[in-house]
Amino acid sequence: MMEPGRPALACRIPWTLIVFLAAATVPWIGNRYDTFLASQIVIDALFAVSLNLLLGTTGLVSFGHVAYFGVGAYVCGILMKTYEVPFVLAFPAAGFGAALFALVSGYFCVRLQKLYFAMLTLAFSQIVWAIAYKWNDMTGGDQGLPEIPYPDLDWMDAIPGFGDLRIGARFYLLTLVLVAVSIAVLRMITRSPFGRMLTTIRDNPERAAFIGLNVRAYQLAAFVVAGTFAGLAGALYGLFSRGVFADYVFWAKSAEVIIMTILGGMDFFWGPPVGALALVWLNQQITAYTEYWPFVLGTILLVLLFLFPGGIVGGIVAGFRLARRRIARSDA
Amino acid sequence: MAGSFLFSQFMGGLTTAMFLFLIASGLSLVFGVMRVINFAHGSFYMIGAYLAWQVVQWLHPSAEAFWPAALFAALGVALLGAVVERLFFRYLYGREELYQLLFTYALVLILGDAAKFVWGTGQLSVSAPPVLSGSVEIFGTAQPLYNLFVMAVGPAIAFAGWLVLNHTGVGRMVRAASYDREMLDALGANVGSIYTGMFVFSSFLAGLSGALVTPIQSIVPGMDVLIIVQAFIVVVIGGMGSFWGTFWGSVIYGQVLSFGILIFPGFSLFSVFALMAVILIVRPWGLFGRPI
Repeated sequence: MMEPGRPALACRIPWTLIVFLAAATVPWIGNRYDTFLASQIVIDALFAVSLNLLLGTTGLVSFGHVAYFGVGAYVCGILMKTYEVPFVLAFPAAGFGAALFALVSGYFCVRLQKLYFAMLTLAFSQIVWAIAYKWNDMTGGDQGLPEIPYPDLDWMDAIPGFGDLRIGARFYLLTLVLVAVSIAVLRMITRSPFGRMLTTIRDNPERAAFIGLNVRAYQLAAFVVAGTFAGLAGALYGLFSRGVFADYVFWAKSAEVIIMTILGGMDFFWGPPVGALALVWLNQQITAYTEYWPFVLGTILLVLLFLFPGGIVGGIVAGFRLARRRIARSDA
Repeated sequence: MAGSFLFSQFMGGLTTAMFLFLIASGLSLVFGVMRVINFAHGSFYMIGAYLAWQVVQWLHPSAEAFWPAALFAALGVALLGAVVERLFFRYLYGREELYQLLFTYALVLILGDAAKFVWGTGQLSVSAPPVLSGSVEIFGTAQPLYNLFVMAVGPAIAFAGWLVLNHTGVGRMVRAASYDREMLDALGANVGSIYTGMFVFSSFLAGLSGALVTPIQSIVPGMDVLIIVQAFIVVVIGGMGSFWGTFWGSVIYGQVLSFGILIFPGFSLFSVFALMAVILIVRPWGLFGRPI
């Protein structure tokens, strides 16, 4: 979405391409730890963008989005570790599994209003958690699934410059490409007529129904798309952290991704990735000094809620508008 | 033998149920009147437990330190609730529910770490007051007196709450506020102070239940997050905002958990969440609530 009245020059710069290329240089210019952080940011960015299709675009407050992330992580992890399925098949299977579960649970969720919707999504995510925690044979129960193998990335030897990259760095680059493609698809969906309909539903569901939209069907479709991409993010996360554990699916994780989205700014497509970047970076900075990270996170959340409900991107955009108005006034 | 086994299983479920009822009643009250899910209710409960432990330490030589400790804990948490509501929460009433949810979640994070900072991460425990420390034999099973005491406190509070809500002027105001806030405001009632009062009373109940749980459960960080989900399930089953609904919701929850372990070992956790989901799907307003 082009911001109205934005300076023409800023619009002509291909920002997304620049950010992508900059992110791709991390394994060469940074150290191992930078690559580790960058992987986390990139995966969280996809997870948060998928949530924002519900939260910001459709106006559905899901408090159980982590369920689909978890289903994706477990499907991919179980397939690759227990059944030795190659990544090319396990990764789409993770998205498919998450989509299927989103279709079933979403079918019931979209029938409910506001708080009840939030609670039913929470209930479904806790069901996933309870299954992950207790189904020892399949999910490893409270021990989780450690030591999931990395996908086979030897083919990257053929790419010039990739020869001496470690497996972690290679996996980061693979993650970056997959996430970039996923986010591009989500961007297309958000900007498509379908995405516009979702926003209409968010702003005024009665009116949307009145002009003949099947509100629940649209909401369900958004729910499934969001769940699918959350599942893909989960699959990548399981491989990145070399294991899938029941903790990943606990409800507090859903709150975390919501905070990420709000921190970046849920009214903007690029808000959630900014939030992911900011939160991972802050976490890394603050945990170096104190173990009381939740306290800091809670305080950040309070400041956001009371002072900057638009998040970081919202704050920047408001700042730009203010500055431009000042300039326009001094010109006149 | 099978009979006494089932009976002790039943009594175990009932004890769980009455504790949950004490906690969930406050949660249900705030939801019924203010239409807010208070994630921080579990944190208030945890702070109540820690405060009770603290007072018992101060009064250590006295054997009956438990009672003043429980009272102090409940009042202390009520004060905390008053501060939270007056300074922050009331500014969010007009906002979307997402912001209210996140605000109470921010409290969970902050209070959880504050408790760790003050009381550390070890397990703390409080012994039951001497009067209630024995046990009695019922149907061939030993029942701790303290559990029986809690089983009496639960229904007493439910009954008192029902009495106040349905048969007093204050209760009428509270019910009116839950039906139509603007109308009540327009009629000249001070809705702001009703909300504050409800929030403070709900915090008082949370603090009290936190204090009462200390003789049978150790106080550990993380008890806030564990209890809040269970309290939610209870409130959802019974119906948000309904006192008796929450009461029966607790009873059902306690029994499903207690007998679920016998029927599907390992899947009792699953069965309570599944129950919550089914109720939300079939009757979102709960078994005893009314549609809103």
